Amino acid sequence: MNAPPRASELGMMSCHVCRLVTAYVDDPHAHCPRCGNALHVRKRGSIGRAWALLAAAAIFYIPANLFPIMRTQSLSSKDDNTILSGIVELWRAGSPGLAVIVFTASIVVPMLKFIIMGYLLVSVQRSSGFVAKQRTRLYRFVELVGYWSMLDVFVVAILSALVHFKILSRVEPLPGVVYFGVVVVLTMLSAMSFDPRLIWDNRKSQ
Amino acid sequence: MHNAQELIVCEHCDSVYRRRTLARGEVADCVVCGAVLERHQWLGVDAQFALIVAAFIVFVIANVSPIVTLGLSGMTAATTLWGAVIAMWNDGAQVVAFLSAMTLFFFPLSQILIFGWVLWFARDGRRAPGFAQAMSALVRVKPWSMIEVFMLGTLVAVVKAHTYFDVVPGPGIWAFGFLTLLVTLFSSHDPRQLWDITREARA
Repeated sequence: MNAPPRASELGMMSCHVCRLVTAYVDDPHAHCPRCGNALHVRKRGSIGRAWALLAAAAIFYIPANLFPIMRTQSLSSKDDNTILSGIVELWRAGSPGLAVIVFTASIVVPMLKFIIMGYLLVSVQRSSGFVAKQRTRLYRFVELVGYWSMLDVFVVAILSALVHFKILSRVEPLPGVVYFGVVVVLTMLSAMSFDPRLIWDNRKSQ
Repeated sequence: MHNAQELIVCEHCDSVYRRRTLARGEVADCVVCGAVLERHQWLGVDAQFALIVAAFIVFVIANVSPIVTLGLSGMTAATTLWGAVIAMWNDGAQVVAFLSAMTLFFFPLSQILIFGWVLWFARDGRRAPGFAQAMSALVRVKPWSMIEVFMLGTLVAVVKAHTYFDVVPGPGIWAFGFLTLLVTLFSSHDPRQLWDITREARA
């Protein structure tokens, strides 16, 4: 079966919000005749925005991991946990399964997002024609798993609200959790700014 | 030139296809990049509206009832979703409080209300007032609704607290679990199909 034509070759474009297919118009201020949103062939400033948001996320990622995210206080002890030490504790407390889930959501997923988004942006900028289909898959993966990194943030929120037994026992959020929440939002925004159609535009070779 | 309604463009690689009617359970994939073009919409508008009403009721229950109750030597403490938001705000994590309030309350609620609004009119094939804005809002809000993540977070928090406290799950946790189920059901439905099955009301 022959590959189907691309909209750009046929002089057509599709609304990014409602998917209506229209004839190509060379007007940056054009609006979709159906839903009224701005019409454009590719997401505007896609690569610049995606890079900027990714870089900002990478900067916030450092304090997010170095600073503790949660303080557990009781009569006899005070215990500050970072993301990593919280996972180790969960493992030792006898829930290795959950420890693996939290490790995946809080460590593996953000790292993968940085690596994949960086790779996609560099390969698009070099007009690479290498494994375009697989790169599009990688993009879908990032979109799909991105928001699960909020897991640890919500865990800290619930525990802080629950464990409020005056001096006997208390859980408090610490600055690390704020940085981490910001990292998740920034990486999500970076992935949303990226336009996967760019992977298929101006490829050097097939 | 084909009628534009008959064409669909892959959102990930820009390939153009002629739309065809999908059989039950069928999914149209892009042959170039493997993205999903369209899924068969196996729930009719009435069924979707019924589910949205159910989701609204469950959402209210999930928000007013305690999620979990902790016990420590005779004392108990319970929290709701809003309890968690307020605790984060008071303990110096206002950014997290704001994020949680948006992703767990305002975005899911506006999704339910807006979808319910357009579906109510779509039952007679009509477009609701503000249809275009409502449809755009649905597309924009979708990635920021994080009920499923909160559900898993609650489970992790329960296991963590279980080491030191007596944990009693509240009705809120069941409501959130049920809501997660409903969200999953809806995720296979693209609200953009409503553009095809509704018509502008004649003035």
